[in-house]
Amino acid sequence: MSQPILEVNGLKKYFPIQGGIFGKTIGEVKAVDDVTFHVREGEILGIVGESGCGKSTTGKSILRLIEPTEGEVKFEGKDITNLRSEEMRKLRRDMQIIFQDPYASLNPRHTVEKIISEPLLVHGMKSKENRNKRVKELLEVVGLSSYHASRYPHQFSGGQRQRIGIARALANNPKLIICDEPVSALDVSVQSQILNLMEELRDAFQLTYIFIAHDLSVVKHISDRVGVMYLGRMVELAEKDALYAEPKHPYTQALLSAVPEPDPDIKKERVILEGDVPSPANPPTGCAFHTRCPFAMDICSQVRPEFGPVDDQHFVACHLYNDEQ
Amino acid sequence: MEEAILELTELSTHFFTDSGEIPAVDKVSFTVHKGEVVGVVGESGSGKSVTSLSILQLIPQPPGKIVSGSIRYKSENLAAANEKRMKKIRGNEISMIFQEPMTSLNPVFTIGNQMREAIRLHQKVSKRTATEKAVQMLKIVGIPRAENIVNEYPHQLSGGMRQRVMIAMAMSSDPSLLIADEPTTALDVTIQAQILDLMKKINEEKETSILLITHDLGVVADICDRVVVMYSGQVVEQGTTREILKVPKHPYTQGLIRSLPKLHGREEKLYSIPGTVARPRKDHVGCRFAPRCEFAFERCFKENPKLYNIGEGRESRCFLHSEQEGERLKDVTTNT
Ligand SMILES: Nc1ncnc2c1ncn2[C@@H]1O[C@H](COP(=O)(O)OP(=O)(O)OP(=O)(O)O)[C@@H](O)[C@H]1O
Ligand SMILES: Nc1ncnc2c1ncn2[C@@H]1O[C@H](COP(=O)(O)OP(=O)(O)O)[C@@H](O)[C@H]1O
Ligand code: SF4
Ligand code: SF4
Ligand SMILES: [Mg+2]
Ligand SMILES: [Mg+2]
Repeated sequence: MSQPILEVNGLKKYFPIQGGIFGKTIGEVKAVDDVTFHVREGEILGIVGESGCGKSTTGKSILRLIEPTEGEVKFEGKDITNLRSEEMRKLRRDMQIIFQDPYASLNPRHTVEKIISEPLLVHGMKSKENRNKRVKELLEVVGLSSYHASRYPHQFSGGQRQRIGIARALANNPKLIICDEPVSALDVSVQSQILNLMEELRDAFQLTYIFIAHDLSVVKHISDRVGVMYLGRMVELAEKDALYAEPKHPYTQALLSAVPEPDPDIKKERVILEGDVPSPANPPTGCAFHTRCPFAMDICSQVRPEFGPVDDQHFVACHLYNDEQ
Repeated sequence: MEEAILELTELSTHFFTDSGEIPAVDKVSFTVHKGEVVGVVGESGSGKSVTSLSILQLIPQPPGKIVSGSIRYKSENLAAANEKRMKKIRGNEISMIFQEPMTSLNPVFTIGNQMREAIRLHQKVSKRTATEKAVQMLKIVGIPRAENIVNEYPHQLSGGMRQRVMIAMAMSSDPSLLIADEPTTALDVTIQAQILDLMKKINEEKETSILLITHDLGVVADICDRVVVMYSGQVVEQGTTREILKVPKHPYTQGLIRSLPKLHGREEKLYSIPGTVARPRKDHVGCRFAPRCEFAFERCFKENPKLYNIGEGRESRCFLHSEQEGERLKDVTTNT
């Protein structure tokens, strides 16, 4: 088994809620609340969960695009949580991020050439000639053509823009790429092109991905292991086959049962969850899922369940399993 | 078969813009029967929303215009109805709900206020009776604390609750037809499951016909009896949900289904349709799908195929169904 390239321990990100006339802090949004996991070199770790559960915040905190409130992030064995900005900047060569909305993340006034060569310049590729050569190479790697270099983002379709975003992320040969909903905004027929491209690139350049998405079928297709988040917490994490075939956490079970599948022969026993996801500003006590869980017990509203192994490489945070240990 | 509630015949809606005429909806025909749930699927820009807005004459005009075709609702042609008549139809006989409920609710009025107005627009009842009816409708759609919610404002509700309020409002007049344009696209899957369940219940208990616009074939499988597949402003295939999903006949539908990652089973590499979704263009010659179609041959680039009738209520717009191309069709079906 390969080494962890990334280790995340007890990661927390609390956003202050400002209120009143003086903008005093009157509360906190617990966007990420004590999350622990690792990513192995060369694997694709999927992270799923519903809107607002903290997926993007987790991704951004790892790269320190936002500062974590607490916790430790180790990249290749080295704690990066306290690195100074100069050192962090160097490290960002190795760790890249791709966003959902390729349009918003590309400067509309810059040509594709400028967009892709910017990270090259930042990391010291001084020669313009070399940069242009690299840009053309990258465009071809992501399935575009070198003549696209002189065009502007609005001249491309959504799928092509996502290819540009990927080319930019690849510019400095990163090791880890955090992909935050990279295909969510794309049409189905284009989505599969991008998923295939991302898999090919992973193989060609020995990349490691954290693949964030809310579409459970997409995450299943691309990932090796999958983590499920609910209200800022990781509630289950396992090899993908184990997770999809035998989900252990009641939330994962409900989530999987709710996905409508495009096959009229699949008849599902649907677990319809009552109510909405509670606010992360005021999460339920104990297990955050207890207000909607069909199996909730007395202890669930009082004690937060530990996130621990229940099977080989299968981690769950739920009192149903803690008792058996 | 039950009676037809809605029948579109060769409906064409075009937009007249600075950059030319866009045939957003191009000779679209389909029927919705009483008590039936019909899905319209397609990728973005395929003309789903423009089709549904045309039915209620809600197309912004200019730049849009229904240029030809008819929209028969029960026994009248809505394409020829005046605004006064349409006001009676909208929200009464035919109700519509949209993808983002926030934009269709007024942020400065309470939920109760808006529901009351909607009810009193079509029913001559007192304010008090209207409020009671609003509370009752909110309970039917599964809103907890309905008595309190009527006094709250849209921003105080979650996305799922707002969509329930929209459904409650749409159903308060007991419409014969509910048009739902991507009603669950902005919602999380667990909330989507709640809303789909609610729509099924309404369809079964009230025999309300539903025209459901979606891009999600999973949603189609879950709730639709029949499906109309659109590509670049045209209907490319239609049939029962089972037939379309199990034995798609049109190369586009086939490609679309094959490119979906599956929750069950495992695929090594996803199939993908090359190229990008074609925008409808007035000067388009040939099959709209030809530039992306792996079966395209000479004729496909010269003529636009008609919709071939390929069995009980089943249609597909592809030359492979024509007699002289019958041999090619065999190759295709054995390939997939
Ligand atoms: N800058 C911020 N200030 C305050 N709250 C924030 C901020 N960023 C995120 N949040 C809150 O933190 C929580 C987690 O947000 P996050 O964007 O990580 O969710 P997500 O899982 O990525 O959701 P989605 O699927 O909608 O992208 C949400 O409640 C969100 O409103
Ligand atoms: N107000 C408008 N002005 C010009 N073109 C429009 C307008 N509304 C829609 N269109 C065009 O009509 C086509 C179909 O759009 P629409 O029905 O919204 O697609 P969808 O299938 O995603 O719902 C698109 O090409 C779109 O650009
Ligand atoms: S800890 Fe309790 S409430 Fe939480 S998921 Fe397990 S059984 Fe349900
Ligand atoms: S008509 Fe030709 S191009 Fe169009 S779908 Fe059929 S085979 Fe493909
Ligand atoms: Mg996000
Ligand atoms: Mg639409």
